[in-house]
Amino acid sequence: MSSVRVLVGTRKGAFILSADGARRSWRVDGPLFGGWEVYHLKGSPVDPNRIFASQSTSWFGQLIQRSDDGGVTWEPVGNQFLYDGVPGTHQWYDGTPHPWEFARVWHLEPSLEDPDTVLAGVEDAALFRTTDAGQSWHELAGLRATGTGPTWQPGAGGLCLHTIIVSPADHRRIFIAISAAGAFRSDDAGVSWRQINRGLLSEGIPVEDAEEGHCVHHLALHPSRPDVLYMQKHWDVMRSDNAGDSWYEVSGNLPTDFGFAIDVHAHEPETVYVVPITSDSLHYPPDGQLRVYRSRTGGHEWEPLAKGLPQRDCYVNVLRDAMAVDTLDECGVYFGTTGGQVYASPDGGDSWDAIVHDLPAVLSVEVQTLA
Amino acid sequence: MIRVVLPAHLKKLANVSGEVSLEVPSPLTQASLLDALEARYPMLLGTIRDPTTRRRRAYVRFFACESDLSHDPPDTALPRPVELGLEPFVVVGAMAGG
Repeated sequence: MSSVRVLVGTRKGAFILSADGARRSWRVDGPLFGGWEVYHLKGSPVDPNRIFASQSTSWFGQLIQRSDDGGVTWEPVGNQFLYDGVPGTHQWYDGTPHPWEFARVWHLEPSLEDPDTVLAGVEDAALFRTTDAGQSWHELAGLRATGTGPTWQPGAGGLCLHTIIVSPADHRRIFIAISAAGAFRSDDAGVSWRQINRGLLSEGIPVEDAEEGHCVHHLALHPSRPDVLYMQKHWDVMRSDNAGDSWYEVSGNLPTDFGFAIDVHAHEPETVYVVPITSDSLHYPPDGQLRVYRSRTGGHEWEPLAKGLPQRDCYVNVLRDAMAVDTLDECGVYFGTTGGQVYASPDGGDSWDAIVHDLPAVLSVEVQTLA
Repeated sequence: MIRVVLPAHLKKLANVSGEVSLEVPSPLTQASLLDALEARYPMLLGTIRDPTTRRRRAYVRFFACESDLSHDPPDTALPRPVELGLEPFVVVGAMAGG
């Protein structure tokens, strides 16, 4: 019988939540790496028992942990992320040049074909790759060499490369997003990159439709439609039908189009989920009501999903990497909150239950569907 | 043998309990002690000092003989009682919220 394993990164450790295919009764393991921030954990699609975790603190820096037994035991692997060549500068908050400085790994993206290969998105924004299961990391320096790096500016959370999607149709095509530089695409496995921000409008930058400077919060893609991308931007939910060459807004009837998380149903490429957040300064749901919104039409038309979610006095946030879907026949949807809840819906969002209520603030949620 | 006390998180990472005992080649300095510590416990690389600049991480402190040695140059000789194994070299996670 199929089962699922939910990998949860929090401000004070990681947790692994496991259930059979019914997804009603859950086992909770953790905390792993207690006291450390775990920005992200993700398993290899090739070898699901191989899981990588990004573990860090302000005190002791960055570690990468690897498990080869589904998260039962862990081994620290390489943690040196050295920028290629002379790192140069990006813009600081006050507009002055600031040296590129490694802070942490935000996102780990294991290869779709090789269990030893993983991409890592880091702060200050850069993309690294390991081909030896995490022992050593090397920058894919073409990204910062696009010529625009010196003008990139950090968002409130830092200058972070937080989203990595490898196209399932062509593994040489990679999409990434940086706050607050925008989205980028490589068609040659990360050697060279181009900005893909045409159609984005942001009031918070001097030229609203500039090619760069947009605070892209997250991207999502369905494997069967590799050219269709969905984006939750700082404000606006966007869609591209041409692999990011151009974007159009699909916020439609959302109560607010600010938010962080976005994901796509496992079997319905036009079914998209977002969690609207009140505004850029009010990082909680409108009216204290936690609601996922689902569009079955690829955007524009959205319906609130509230059954089982708190509908009063709820002032949590859902961060960019804290939503995921499983691939069981009836798609499960999961998200974690800064209040420490992890909610699961085994019916595509129609109803929700909290797997756990009181974890540390949730930074990321990933799901593995196991045979 | 040189005695080293690690903070709880780093003890767990290095799979040790209690103090660590190290052979450190002369001269005994912060730098030579940390070189020996990282050679014996490579999983600690980057957790106490930056792997590139080899500077102490901002929220790490070094104490010995009731003195704060954190701001001493890395090549400064450590106190004689540390060299004799009478006092430990203490690595501390700085007091800061969170």
